[in-house]
Amino acid sequence: MRYMRFCHALAVLSVALGILFGCGRRVSENEILIGEFSSLTGTTATFGQSTHRGLQMAVDDINNAGGVLGKKIHLLTEDTQSKPEEAATAVTKLISRDKVVAVIGEVSSSRSLAGAPICQANAIPMVSNASTNPEVTRKGDYIFRVCYIDPFQGEILAKFAYQSLNMKRVAILKDIRNDYSIGLAQFFVETYTSLGGEIAAEQAYSEGDIDFKAQLTALKAANPEAVIVPGYYTEGALIVKQARELGMTMPIIGGDGWDSAKLLEVGGSAMNNTYFSTHYSADDPNPVVQNFAKRYREVYQETPDALAALGYDAGKILFDAISRAGTTQGSGIRDALAATRDFDGVTGKITIDKDRNARKPVVIIAVTEGRFTYKETIQP
Amino acid sequence: MSEFLQQVVNGISLGSVYALIALGYTMIYGILRFINFAHGDVFMIGAFVGYYTAPVISRALGGSVVLTGIVVLIIAMTVCSLLGVTIEKAAYRPLRSRPKLTVLITAIGVSLFLEFGGQLIFGPDPKLFPSLIPSGAVVNSQNLIINVNSIVVIVTALLLMLLLRVIVYNTKIGTAMRAVSYDHRAASLMGINIDTVISFTFVLGSSLAAAAALLYGSVYPSINPLMGIFPGLKAFIAAVLGGIGNLVGAALGGLIIGLTETFVTGYLSPTYRDAISFAILILILLFKPTGLLGHHEAEKV
Amino acid sequence: MKRHQSKLYLLAGLAAAAIISAFESSMSPYYYQVAIYIGINIVLALSLNIINGFAGQFSLGHAGFMALGAYTSAVITTSLGIEGSDITGILVFALALVCGGCIASLFGLLVGVPSLRLKGDYLAITTLGFGEIIRVIIQNLDFLGAARGFTGIPKLSNFLWVFGAAGILAYTVANLINSTYGKGFIAVRDDEVAAASIGINTTRYKVIAFVTGAFFAGIAGGLYAHFITYINPSQFGFLKSFEIVVMVVVGGMGSFTGVILSAILLTILPEALRGIAQYRMVMYALLLVIIMLSRPQGLFARGLRVKRYLKQTPAAT
Repeated sequence: MRYMRFCHALAVLSVALGILFGCGRRVSENEILIGEFSSLTGTTATFGQSTHRGLQMAVDDINNAGGVLGKKIHLLTEDTQSKPEEAATAVTKLISRDKVVAVIGEVSSSRSLAGAPICQANAIPMVSNASTNPEVTRKGDYIFRVCYIDPFQGEILAKFAYQSLNMKRVAILKDIRNDYSIGLAQFFVETYTSLGGEIAAEQAYSEGDIDFKAQLTALKAANPEAVIVPGYYTEGALIVKQARELGMTMPIIGGDGWDSAKLLEVGGSAMNNTYFSTHYSADDPNPVVQNFAKRYREVYQETPDALAALGYDAGKILFDAISRAGTTQGSGIRDALAATRDFDGVTGKITIDKDRNARKPVVIIAVTEGRFTYKETIQP
Repeated sequence: MSEFLQQVVNGISLGSVYALIALGYTMIYGILRFINFAHGDVFMIGAFVGYYTAPVISRALGGSVVLTGIVVLIIAMTVCSLLGVTIEKAAYRPLRSRPKLTVLITAIGVSLFLEFGGQLIFGPDPKLFPSLIPSGAVVNSQNLIINVNSIVVIVTALLLMLLLRVIVYNTKIGTAMRAVSYDHRAASLMGINIDTVISFTFVLGSSLAAAAALLYGSVYPSINPLMGIFPGLKAFIAAVLGGIGNLVGAALGGLIIGLTETFVTGYLSPTYRDAISFAILILILLFKPTGLLGHHEAEKV
Repeated sequence: MKRHQSKLYLLAGLAAAAIISAFESSMSPYYYQVAIYIGINIVLALSLNIINGFAGQFSLGHAGFMALGAYTSAVITTSLGIEGSDITGILVFALALVCGGCIASLFGLLVGVPSLRLKGDYLAITTLGFGEIIRVIIQNLDFLGAARGFTGIPKLSNFLWVFGAAGILAYTVANLINSTYGKGFIAVRDDEVAAASIGINTTRYKVIAFVTGAFFAGIAGGLYAHFITYINPSQFGFLKSFEIVVMVVVGGMGSFTGVILSAILLTILPEALRGIAQYRMVMYALLLVIIMLSRPQGLFARGLRVKRYLKQTPAAT
């Protein structure tokens, strides 16, 4: 009886171990393995899915043009499920089990912060497509990003609110669960108050909340001329909706975390009279942008958002760097990435500065009549 | 003052939804003496039924909001009742003679199954719940805004609770339910079919959960497969607060939890929202475990 | 579980730790990670088994104890600036782990006390509540990184620590079971009223169960924190508690080896099935229901004692 039970247990364990160890990937000789960690599922799923689509398009483009260093690029994607701890596991798997030569990801700064130390420790270059919190690239010299950082974004938003919209008194509703939101709010406040603006009130919510009436009621009582909501689109849309229901008709302003088609879907007509900063606009007449948007629409039947554009640019820059480096060695790619100058990206001319961040313009989008409309571009 | 009134309205509205869910918990506990962990997820399924059927029904009925609402309500109630009864038959009935622990774990298993199965089928990202209640404000002053939403939620919840009371106290099956909750062996000796009564209880509880889901979705239009977890737990706490097994208690408990949660979030700190309900639970279990309106049950040896 | 067998487990744990540590550097980081998680889950499952399985107190807040251990030990090692594994580092890490365990067991006491008068479902919900309250409080404490999480924890956990802890725990539990305490736990579990009527201090045993279980959960938390170097409160929610409960239930509540085996299995399985990761939780749930319906004593349990308890008809009302 005991013997049988032991055998039973052993059998089950063997099967499990077999599956675990058995499933590996044989590296093909004429392929370069690139890893991607994105939130394909979970609360910020559109971020990951858009990024993935943009990146995949970049991979297909480069492969159709002959590949890099004579080899085809193969993209391995791991889902972070919108969770930082999954990000860490995903990156570890990509690096140690799949042996990728570089990693692209993530959108969310919290998840990038979880994955960056692992890439750095393994000397694998990491290119974040859309994380804007400055901490990410401080994790090491192998960590890069192709977007601007929050001190810059916060400064631009503050100037936009104070100067362009003429709002002298604002309230802030930030997401305390989110490094990005806290950081952006802080940078906004710094510039805004130095310009002479007044912060009427500050409230907080948690990512995942669906009821903001209590916080909004408190903010309303402080009489702000505008409300700043530097969080993600999932809560942003609900916040705007509930604010309108409470009779708050003033402009509401967000950051690049708002960039998603779901914002309009969930927010509906409540979203009119809102603005947000992002990395690109599909309405930009620049031929590079239009070309990209047109092809993206053909392949995916939808208009690309900033995350897709950044995913595309991140891929393109990485492949360009590998090509310039002439090798798939981590250190070589790293040096080539650091030397990127005036790369013609969909999201603008990209130069990687000494902090491994990109100096790029901010695009302001306004929501009018239920659509995203391009408002202005602000250069660094 | 107006901010206070606004919060009160928000609180009562939220509390009504909790009350409806709490009634389901309390009825099932009264009869079966166990916590149906999966109840919150039946609530979630109700919301998704509403999400998928509302556009279809709305088109079929030519866009009439009120009629759509009622039809969707009936559909959701039916689906959830079927779900509740199926769960009972498949997972709880076989374990009726087993220790409580086993059933509890099974209930947790069913709950997780619905949640993550839901993620698989509906996708884990939040969806926008269709508008079943005409939007607009009933009271629209500078300081106090009462939306049609809130009024409809409160009124519907009240109507359903009254309906429930009529069923439980004025019908044969209701009397049978009450008999079973007092002493199920004596009840079965009297010729009451326990299985039928239990199934009916699940029908009632699940229907109320479905209604709660539609109301909840109208006020907080973001639904996702894990949305039932916290409302379910809080509704259970409400049932305990009011005295588990006691219908009026459940309603009262729901209201209290809704109001407390709103006030704490508005005046103290929004980040303690979830902890408050649990703190209330612990306090009530420490000081008056039978709940506000409950009575003590001796454990027979 | 004979007394001498317990020493066997301790030696086995330490031996496994030592042997595999030797291969550490040549092992792929991914498999290494899985192995570490196996060890941590063994500790978690065994510690919950003391409360749920042996003492029969259904606790759904175990992740809360884990969180307390994780944060406490992280605060200690980061504020003392421990870097590597020199002798000071080792001593401080050990100290940090034990402190984490102590804080966790303190809360185990806090949770255990109200649980005295609660049974079954109520106890379950209360412990769930405690776990959530702990999580929410941590989420609001800025110096712990609040909701954004605590980063920069030195990576001090390694095979030796994890499996050493598992071995020590196994030894402790094995000895506990065969002692008066163990018999007391089981008496309380099987029939509390009867136990009380023959003079067993049920209060004492319940509290001891909670405190011991919490202590080791705290240690597991510390080991976990010092492995992934980044912790945030949402990792220690009730879903985590449920995962641990599943391990105990599948292994067989109150079954020693069963729980260890199921912890190993349920660590490897999700990783092996990474390709179908979204089905993981659904399968967990189904597994739970099916086991409860067909084999409530768990997959790997042996021993009539457990089986009889779980299949028995409760006393007539």
